[in-house]
Amino acid sequence: MSKSFIEVTGLTKRFPAPKGGEPLTVFENANFGIEKGEFVCIIGHSGCGKSTIMNILAGLDQPTEGGIVMGGKEVSGPSLDRGVVFQNYSLLPWLSALKNVMFGVRARHPEWSRSQVYEHSQKYLEMVGLTGGAEHRKPAQLSGGMRQRVSIARAFAIQPQLLLLDEPFGALDALTRGTIQDELTRIWSGSEQTVFMITHDVDEAILLSDRILLMTNGPYARVAESVVVDIPRPRDRAEIIHNPGYYKIRNHLVEFLARRSKELAGNREHSGEPPVTVRPAKDDADDKERQSTSRPKLVSIAS
Amino acid sequence: MISFSLNDTAKAFLLSIAMLIAVLGAWELATPAAKSAGELSEYEMLTGGGGQQASVPAPSQVITKAIDELSNPFYDNGPNDKGIGIQLAYSLYRVLTGYFLAALIAIPVGFLIGMSPIMYKALDPFIQVLRPISPLAWMPLALFIIKDSQASAIFVIFICSIWPMLINTAFGVANVRKDWVNVAKTHELSHLKTAFLVILPAAAPTILTGMRISIGIAWLVIVAAEMLVGGTGIGYYVWNEWNNLDLTSVIFSILMIGIVGMVLDTIFAFIQRAVQFQE
Ligand SMILES: Nc1ncnc2c1ncn2[C@@H]1O[C@H](COP(=O)(O)OP(=O)(O)O)[C@@H](O)[C@H]1O
Ligand SMILES: [Mg+2]
Repeated sequence: MSKSFIEVTGLTKRFPAPKGGEPLTVFENANFGIEKGEFVCIIGHSGCGKSTIMNILAGLDQPTEGGIVMGGKEVSGPSLDRGVVFQNYSLLPWLSALKNVMFGVRARHPEWSRSQVYEHSQKYLEMVGLTGGAEHRKPAQLSGGMRQRVSIARAFAIQPQLLLLDEPFGALDALTRGTIQDELTRIWSGSEQTVFMITHDVDEAILLSDRILLMTNGPYARVAESVVVDIPRPRDRAEIIHNPGYYKIRNHLVEFLARRSKELAGNREHSGEPPVTVRPAKDDADDKERQSTSRPKLVSIAS
Repeated sequence: MISFSLNDTAKAFLLSIAMLIAVLGAWELATPAAKSAGELSEYEMLTGGGGQQASVPAPSQVITKAIDELSNPFYDNGPNDKGIGIQLAYSLYRVLTGYFLAALIAIPVGFLIGMSPIMYKALDPFIQVLRPISPLAWMPLALFIIKDSQASAIFVIFICSIWPMLINTAFGVANVRKDWVNVAKTHELSHLKTAFLVILPAAAPTILTGMRISIGIAWLVIVAAEMLVGGTGIGYYVWNEWNNLDLTSVIFSILMIGIVGMVLDTIFAFIQRAVQFQE
């Protein structure tokens, strides 16, 4: 079997025991891979260890055992090759939206002139639809949706090989969330970026991702299943629900979250096994359609 | 809403003026005219019997004195007769020198303490012991070691302004949100760049609070320090005029100390507002 772009092997995270208690094993011996250019979502109940996995991928946290190899190189610390969008946006509040993006671009390209940095930053702010004066405002003067746009622009502007998003739309209203989801898909499909995103929204995961990883409840959580989203792109939020595969995938996910995530919790019998690949929509998708899960060109949705 | 708040400001301003006039008026009326020395007020008796020099001057006299002094603030007629501007300049020079040196040490050391919990624990007992010492208690030691009254005054300012800056810098740096440090980390910033681009701006409001407290304390202490070391400065001036029994000058210089202190504080309040950010 060929190596994936990102190889997670034997990943284990234990937090030291609080006084008098036992150490907390969040997950143990997790193994999975992510392909280059893939959009992967991970779903699981709160507290199962999604953020912990992401922080290790980002290099902000160290695993207790095991490791991650990205593009043939061991992940050993934070890097500009891995951009992070946190749930709470993590913008620097003393800088304007534009300056926040420029902060990232300057870190990525220290050799660039000011005007190069400026133009590059403006381009990405335009991509997320933040222009017309709003880019000169400080984060505190922007709405939650606008802040998350800036955060996404900053992450995309440094053109990382892997983009990590931790429940990026969790705090947004449904309407804003929809718009930014569309923007995210549009920017992603015009790039080579690999995306790893945490969400707790089943519909969001189906709309956005190529593959959905399902985690059982912790402690000793496992990445139990890998659900392939066999729905052709470009996807439209209004049209996608009419795709015959949509509810098959959705039902599978909901069933997992409602029932099996609990049943499998703490079960160490399958420890170390890679997630089982499931394709709930496969029977309905004819072969040609399935091929088009490879990403579309930007032009195809520009019309 | 706006007109309401404007009205409030105007009301407060009028009230301030009214209070000032009331207090000054009462003071003026309570002060017996220098000529009618027949009846001695209680205070005049206490201060030694109604001599013209020793009586508490009326506000009108202080105002006349102020106009007189401020119209020529920088004259210099020898060691015991210098303009108020020169005396204030000496004091400000000492305050700013001592303060600047203190900032030069307090801010980097505060950074170190704030970044490293071990350094914090190691230095904490020293800070806790040194901080409550009245800065003037250092004066004899400073005079003995430095052997220069001017430098000793500067040292006293240094020692009194260092603590609020040190403690606030350490506190501000230690409490920078972890998310912002993570932003620096994921952008692969060097330690130096993280310190200057992320931690310094994040901690700046807290640091500035410490700097503002320090400058206030330094200005309080300089008056006392100059009374001790003598020679020049506003503290020496007050003491000298007291020795001359020139209470008009004493009150005038008290007023000037207040005004300069207010100006210093206003400047720092302004800088503080400039580095303030909303989360
Ligand atoms: N620094 C920490 N120390 C101890 N326990 C932690 C720490 N961080 C997270 N945990 C625990 O690890 C588990 C997984 O947390 P997290 O990854 O944030 O979950 P999720 O993002 O899936 O909601 C939780 O039970 C949480 O309490
Ligand atoms: Mg989380």
